Amino acid sequence: MVTTLIRRIIQAGFVILAMTVIVFLGVNVIGNPVDILINPDLNQAERLRVIENLGLDRPLWQQYLSFLHGLTEGNFGNSFVYSKPALDVILERLPATLELALCAMVIAIVVGLPLGLYAGLYPNRVSSRVIMTGSILGFSLPTFWVGLMLILLFAVQLGWLPSNGRGETAMLFGVRWSFLTWDGLSHLLLPALNLALFKTSLILRLTRAGVQEVIMQDYVKFARAKGLRENRIILVHILKNLMIPVVTIIGLEFGSLIAFSIVTESIFGWPGMGKLIIDSINLLDRPVIVAYLMMMVVLFVSLNFIIDVCYTLLDPRVRLDGKG
Amino acid sequence: MESKIATEAESPIARTGQRPISRRIWPALRHFFSSPAALVGCIGLVVVLFTAIFAPWIAPQNPYDLQQLDIMDSRLPPGSESFSGVPYLLGTDGQGRDILSGIMYGLRTSLIVGIASAFAAALIGTTLGLMAAYLGGRTENFMMRLVDLQLSFPTILMALMVLAILGNGVTNVVLAIIVAEWATYARTARGTALVEREKEYIDAARCLRIPGRRVLLRHLLPNCLAPIIVIATMQVARAIGLEATLSFLGLGASVTQPSLGMLISNGYQYLLSGLYWISFYPGIALLITIVSINLVGDRLRDVLNPRNAR
Repeated sequence: MVTTLIRRIIQAGFVILAMTVIVFLGVNVIGNPVDILINPDLNQAERLRVIENLGLDRPLWQQYLSFLHGLTEGNFGNSFVYSKPALDVILERLPATLELALCAMVIAIVVGLPLGLYAGLYPNRVSSRVIMTGSILGFSLPTFWVGLMLILLFAVQLGWLPSNGRGETAMLFGVRWSFLTWDGLSHLLLPALNLALFKTSLILRLTRAGVQEVIMQDYVKFARAKGLRENRIILVHILKNLMIPVVTIIGLEFGSLIAFSIVTESIFGWPGMGKLIIDSINLLDRPVIVAYLMMMVVLFVSLNFIIDVCYTLLDPRVRLDGKG
Repeated sequence: MESKIATEAESPIARTGQRPISRRIWPALRHFFSSPAALVGCIGLVVVLFTAIFAPWIAPQNPYDLQQLDIMDSRLPPGSESFSGVPYLLGTDGQGRDILSGIMYGLRTSLIVGIASAFAAALIGTTLGLMAAYLGGRTENFMMRLVDLQLSFPTILMALMVLAILGNGVTNVVLAIIVAEWATYARTARGTALVEREKEYIDAARCLRIPGRRVLLRHLLPNCLAPIIVIATMQVARAIGLEATLSFLGLGASVTQPSLGMLISNGYQYLLSGLYWISFYPGIALLITIVSINLVGDRLRDVLNPRNAR
């Protein structure tokens, strides 16, 4: 068990290293950093001086090594726009994104799991059919368009909820959070709903499929035959065995929520990382782009690692060495 | 002699293989359309395709032809008429373009990008997946690690990565979608091929010393196609959605040939002043397109899945 864990960690390390090569080559070879980094109004001598300062005249492998060296120190260079270290700029925005993603995940679980359970237990009821059709819509509706429609309905037509920004924030553990104030909460609701839409459908369908599979199992029939109460069968025999795929999805999708918050944040002017990366791409703020991409790589590789470990804890049959 | 023919007619081979094609297709079609959702999806898809293909002939206006635009007609609500009496069924946008015509032309861009990228991704992914399954060993291991890695990243992040490096534009969007989606095909193709590989007809082909490439293409591929077709259908819808999202974020197609996503994005700035139709109707068109494709894909999966066969 320990050796396989170590092997997984080493593998994760290799993946991150490979991604640094890809990101580095992508930004430095395919895109021309000279064009991006240097003011086109400069004359030739000044250009050369800047190129030398940035080390762009050195061989590629040396540049890569110094890039790696910067990475280990968390140094991606200064943002061109904010004139601060790129990583700091991103980390400042991190709580807002985390808050949004967490809220969306809670909504998705609270809505998706019970509805999926219901639709799976009583598949022939009309209400189940309505739920399932609704979930197809949830999959098909383009997130950004739903966001616009939410703004249109709740912010413009009804005027109930604000459509832009984070609202009032309160400090907790030295970080600003929106969900601690009423104003912040009202700002949070629309974006979180928007972000949750897709995941709700996903969890719903997954739960339903799981229920329908589990319900056919002998141990459920046996539990029924024993005369256990229906509630106990649902909670213990069905729900517990559902949790493995559902927990996996929740873990995996949390990362994707952070990625998809790019869209939601752009629509609702939520000042998180996603909005930052879009702004940075539009302004060609290269250090921030690189820092964001590397952060995402590390995030997703670690998430996968954690899910792998959780698997073994949840299901003793899945030992890591099973798959090599 | 008589009795021999009779037994042949009853054997399973005769039942499925020997009948003329038209007799095999009709029941299949009837089976396919026995679900009302599939019928709705197909009708929607036909309408969408028809509109996209014949847009220049059926659209009331060419939204890219500046001669036909009148700035006086800008931001008219749905159902208004232009000065010269041309009706704007779905209203006009900030430049006085007819929304309906914009949607018809936008559908073209969206569909071309979606279909082209899904097709290319299918080609690349399927090839790699089949090769992995057929070759096995190290190649397979390496490729599947790559697929796992790729699939652990959300599509939008992969697409963003590509666009952050390469810059905007239609070709780059297509490229980004291919990068984001090839792995799905590779995994499906490999999964199916692994099952098929063990079957006797592949052994038979190998024993006949048919060259590997031919076994792959003529024996393995046709038998792995069903799930790949299903995935491809769904992926077209996803590609269209992804393209729209990227365009909305300002990373997508060019301004001169706006896709549906770009049209929606154009209406964003007018939304807060209550001019809903500029964003609303292109979104509905996008929704109809995606839902139709998904409904058809869903039905295809049910029909093509041997477990669900009657």
